[in-house]
Amino acid sequence: MNRIEQLFQNKDSRLLSVYFTAGYPSAGDTIPIIEALDEAGADIIEIGIPFSDPVADGPTIQESNQAALDQGMTLKKLLSELKDIRQKTQVPLILMGYLNPIIQYGIEKFCQEISAIGIDGIIVPDLPMSQFMEEYKATFDAYDLANIFLISPQTSAERIRLIDENSRGFIYMVSSASITGAKSGISEEQISYFKRVNEMGLKNPRLIGFGISDKATFDTACQYSKGAIIGSAFINVLTKAKGGDLKAAIQTYIQSVIA
Amino acid sequence: MKTLIAVDEKGFYGNFGGAYIPEMLHPNIEELRDNYERIVAEPDFQAQFKSLLKDYVGRPTPLFYAQRLSEKYGAKIYLKREDLCHTGAHKVNNTIGQIILAKKLGKKRIIAETGAGQHGVATATVCALMGMDCTVYMGKHDMERQRPNVERMRILGAKVVPATSGSQTLKDATNEAMRQWINNPVDTHYIIGSVVGPHPYPEMVARFQSVISEEIKAQLLEKEGRENPDLVIACVGGGSNAAGAFYHYYNTPEVRLIAVEAAGLGVFSGKSAATTALGKPGILHGSKTLLMQTEDGQVTEPYSISAGLDYPGIGPVHAHLFETGRGEFVGVEDEDAMLAGIEVSRLEGIIPAIETAHAFAALNQVKYKSDDVIVINLSGRGDKDLDTYIKWGNY
Repeated sequence: MNRIEQLFQNKDSRLLSVYFTAGYPSAGDTIPIIEALDEAGADIIEIGIPFSDPVADGPTIQESNQAALDQGMTLKKLLSELKDIRQKTQVPLILMGYLNPIIQYGIEKFCQEISAIGIDGIIVPDLPMSQFMEEYKATFDAYDLANIFLISPQTSAERIRLIDENSRGFIYMVSSASITGAKSGISEEQISYFKRVNEMGLKNPRLIGFGISDKATFDTACQYSKGAIIGSAFINVLTKAKGGDLKAAIQTYIQSVIA
Repeated sequence: MKTLIAVDEKGFYGNFGGAYIPEMLHPNIEELRDNYERIVAEPDFQAQFKSLLKDYVGRPTPLFYAQRLSEKYGAKIYLKREDLCHTGAHKVNNTIGQIILAKKLGKKRIIAETGAGQHGVATATVCALMGMDCTVYMGKHDMERQRPNVERMRILGAKVVPATSGSQTLKDATNEAMRQWINNPVDTHYIIGSVVGPHPYPEMVARFQSVISEEIKAQLLEKEGRENPDLVIACVGGGSNAAGAFYHYYNTPEVRLIAVEAAGLGVFSGKSAATTALGKPGILHGSKTLLMQTEDGQVTEPYSISAGLDYPGIGPVHAHLFETGRGEFVGVEDEDAMLAGIEVSRLEGIIPAIETAHAFAALNQVKYKSDDVIVINLSGRGDKDLDTYIKWGNY
């Protein structure tokens, strides 16, 4: 059992997972942001591996990806920065990134190294389940890494069951048909989708992401799942705090969401 | 006959292809994959497709014997006149096919990406024809470079939306179109303009373009008493005109397939779009293919004097043609392409698109025998490139 699975055993509700892009807002901010998020009360931290062509992401995350790349962030550099992270925090850590940089790094080498670092899971938005099962599952399993899949309101019940069957950790429930940061607020239609999925009796817990930005949306999401994921809204907080007191800004924001 | 080149049921041509898409796009792609072969096979679809290609696009396009060019190069050179298609290039063959498909799938609106604007214009054209709402995503940088095509699309009633991320060119326009498809999964069809993207796009677009080689076969039989030329030459950006010109010859090994890439200022100059020379296997826009990228797996920005060839990848079928050796890949530099464009203008009275000029320049770079029959796919006309010809100025 890895830290993600452990977390869901220990905490049953109002889990907060926070995404940020490695190497953003400034090149050296990755480790300080992880520490600040841990202290502020984030339950899971998703570290984004920047990519030149993030097709599932809206402008906020795109821009943070491009800025991180311009500031010299690479997957190799990120893994070397993360090397001693487990001496600093035991919070579950997920790497989130598009497939191409991971393939170029080498899947086996990637899995082996992130497992040695103490990373608990991976989200690869452009790796579809069928391809994962065929090419990568054995490697991920060998290194005890949870692969986290997404579902959206358009995902069929049959496919949700298949994803549930092949998931570890949790299922990332995309709140609406959208890219990240595209919509705000939660509609009645979205709530009926959350309820529909809840009634399926899935074995994996769900976290709701996309469109979660503040206490109100977090609270709503938590009524229908174990918790929620914040991405673009947190990137906006980092952008505003660039060059100032990041730690204080993170503390204030996270507290405002989970209070 | 041994089948060398074919797509398998998962959308792979050998090691390349597939559908590497975010889960949010899965229902869209599944709907297309599950329905397109059936719909395309229906007599009603075929009748409508053929009728529009004939009466609207102006097909069959002529296969023209280029006498003066033949004399100069010492071979029998035929030109497949895709430049005479409505809108000025082969692109419309595909948009006609996809718009009929979109209607039959019950879609209400169309989105598309465009680089130089040719595919955008071809999409805006068929949307006007069919009364469909049309939005075209175009890199902000390309919008500035290709003003007349932006206005053509607007005149045709399309909305042109700038893609402002990354390098603000074709790859970013494609990213933006995919994002908008994620945001509008139910009522929208995405018309991809080349043999790229997730399965089934590469094969579907190639099939709609395969009318080119279907006609070449019949026309060559009439003119030369044989269906098969010795060489077919076509330029490759993403590779849709080449896929169409090669399609019915994929599995006829005696026909040499010459794919011409843009080498820009020189293959290793750092200013090039010669993907097979510079690329490594990677994943972009939903398929595994050869891709120009950094060691870290970031996609790099290609360069060519021709806006239609500066794509950092190549259709998966072309990556497979390259890997298996079935296709011969040639890189043509800017200057040689421009000289070839002027030469065709002077010898045959046809100003080719600069993309197409690359294919002509390959005549200086590939070997052939004096009695060889060569078909060059004249994929587009040069009207849209007058500014570039004028700026280059060496004529």
